[in-house]
Amino acid sequence: MATATRFAAVPRAGLFTPEHDELRDVIRQFVQRGLKPHAEEWESSGEFPVRDVFAQAGTVGVFGAKYQPEYGGTGPDLVADAVITEELALCGSGGVAAALGAHKDLGPYYVYRFGTEEQRRRYLVPAIAGERIGALAITEPTAGSDVGAIRTRAERSPGDGWRLTGTKTFITNGPIADFVVVAAKTDPAAGRSGISLFVVEAGTPGFSANRVDTVGWRTSHTGELVFEECEVEAGAILGDENRGFYHIMASFQWERIVMALSAVTAAQATLELAMAYARDRQAFGRPVSKFQVWRHRFADMATQIEAARSLSYHALRKVVAGEDAVREVSMAKWLATELDWRVADEALQVHGGYGYMMEYPVQRAWRDARLGPIGGGTTEVMKEIIGRSFGL
Amino acid sequence: MLHPLFTEEHEQLRRSVRQFVESELAPHAQEWEREGGFPDWVFKRMGDLGFMGVRFPEEYGGQGGDWGHSIVIAEEMARCGSGGVGMAIAVQSEMATPPIFKFGTEAQKQRFLLPAIKGEKIVCLGITEPNAGSDVAGIETTARPDGDGGWVINGRKIFITNGVRADFCVLVTRNDKEAGHHGFSLFLVDTDTPGFEVSRKLDKLGMRSSDTAELVLDDVRVPSEQLLGEQGHGFVEIMWELQGERVIGAAGSIAGGWLVFEKTLAYAKERHAFGRPIGRFQVNRHKFATMATELEAARQLLYDTALAWERGEYPVKQISMVKLYSGLVVNRVMNECLQLWGGMGYATETGIERAWRDSRLLRIGGGTDEIMREIISKTMGL
Repeated sequence: MATATRFAAVPRAGLFTPEHDELRDVIRQFVQRGLKPHAEEWESSGEFPVRDVFAQAGTVGVFGAKYQPEYGGTGPDLVADAVITEELALCGSGGVAAALGAHKDLGPYYVYRFGTEEQRRRYLVPAIAGERIGALAITEPTAGSDVGAIRTRAERSPGDGWRLTGTKTFITNGPIADFVVVAAKTDPAAGRSGISLFVVEAGTPGFSANRVDTVGWRTSHTGELVFEECEVEAGAILGDENRGFYHIMASFQWERIVMALSAVTAAQATLELAMAYARDRQAFGRPVSKFQVWRHRFADMATQIEAARSLSYHALRKVVAGEDAVREVSMAKWLATELDWRVADEALQVHGGYGYMMEYPVQRAWRDARLGPIGGGTTEVMKEIIGRSFGL
Repeated sequence: MLHPLFTEEHEQLRRSVRQFVESELAPHAQEWEREGGFPDWVFKRMGDLGFMGVRFPEEYGGQGGDWGHSIVIAEEMARCGSGGVGMAIAVQSEMATPPIFKFGTEAQKQRFLLPAIKGEKIVCLGITEPNAGSDVAGIETTARPDGDGGWVINGRKIFITNGVRADFCVLVTRNDKEAGHHGFSLFLVDTDTPGFEVSRKLDKLGMRSSDTAELVLDDVRVPSEQLLGEQGHGFVEIMWELQGERVIGAAGSIAGGWLVFEKTLAYAKERHAFGRPIGRFQVNRHKFATMATELEAARQLLYDTALAWERGEYPVKQISMVKLYSGLVVNRVMNECLQLWGGMGYATETGIERAWRDSRLLRIGGGTDEIMREIISKTMGL
């Protein structure tokens, strides 16, 4: 039974190798030097230099970890992609992290997973380089987590193509995207088995996008997309006709695991911000951090963060191994995002009045974290999935 | 897939332990719970099967295993249907004996460790006192030189698992009151030494099959060769012991939480109310989702922590987190499950109330929640 040397070869948490640590350093440098110093300015204006930032991120390799070198990628390596996700979450602006993350994990990833070779060349290659921005449009004003209820229609057009009509909303990067992967009903009578995906390029007649105002993620361009008899060619269909719903369900796993990883990392950063403030701030003759109640609250938060991290890595290990991880990913997603939100609220509390002032970054963490339990499938939907996985 | 802490070999061990627990222990659990004790043969039988000192080298009767093996045993013991049995065995194999292996002399290992691993002798660990629980530094039991090279020990210990029937005790004493944390020493004391007395068998809310003693030491004389570890280093040594205790305690408790979860899940699918299984009510479905998520997080945190320790780290902060988180989660799960069972949960026949009572100790024994938060916050520089 003696196994003294067994663990030498096990990557950290069964996941991370020294190569991943090197990658982490590279991405961290980019994030800490190229993004974080500007976060405050970008957040107050609600804008960031989109094209420059995407191009720089592309050069550094932010978008390519999931793909083979033939597309300009550095993978495929999902663990590397997880490392990049964690580092992006430390950029100081939930919106910038969301913009880069959505591009990394949504539209272009769909093109890779379900696209033809030609579609990959046309959309994925420039997306990996950060030259063209891709978005994913599923949610509608009356259909969020309930994907089967979307109303956007795609009908055969006389010219052998498709004609899209409908409205999408809450689409990250929608207004700045060069191409959008759009879910639409191709066979409305068939319910879930009547949904297909299409790639629609910006500038296509009948397609317009407006930015919507959001409580957090303010630098991210969140859009409402309108399709009015928007004509696309036959080759715009992505994946199998009428299989769109299943393509989406299969892709949710990665979106949710990166949300969990981002939330754990963001929560850790928020906790550190709160502790730094508490050490600095004096009340009743001592630093706030020395009050036992606050010490214990910080200990609780740190504990829950480690638990959420372990759970997320467990889900990640299963996904990387190619196992069915729907239950574990759903668990990690809700636990981590709810925690990030709770930590942000505690952090705001320890700041007292300053926490309520826009000049302190904690209010941004608070606003940004609130999206976690909503986006990518709400906490309630995650619990439905988990409950059903136990046969309930 | 298995967590990297485990291999197929661990799963083989799991199967054999489970087989043993289900066929030889579980059938007696209710009787032992009722009687407030379980027979000594359990120690011997587990020793014979090699389940007692799995992490110790083979030369001392162990199996040369790792934390993965110890966790497997703790998890499977939760299946015996009586928290006290698992706790008593863990005290013997994972709490009282590791300090003998780690700090003991060869002679001490031969005399105390070997028979304990074989299950021939029963061991208890004497840390807590009436006035010093989590505050280990407040220990008042004294050990002073007897002038002949030996020691004289005086004091009281309380809440000592296995204490009523132990053959020897790993005892924490204070040998120098002026030396602060450097004034503690451990001793190996045979319980038949004159002056060593079990003053009370304590009655408890849960963990009822395990015996819990109050001990009085009145001029107990021990020779110098029964000083365990280094004189004056007892505090650090016992702090080290507590880390392993917390890991194993968490492993057993999380496994117990999963068992009750599964049993409750099965019940919720069968029991109907208002025309459908109660598990199909959305509120209950979400309760199960919440419980499973938190149990899984606790389990993965435990495994990651054990792996870190196995690979050479000494993760005190993480261990304290595991202890804190698992205690809270398992307590919540037990209470929520009892609620799902309704009246049947309150009735003793289902065993749910037993698990609910047993689990309450998790947030007290081995260091309270509050102490865990103190440790964690100190490691964070607060």
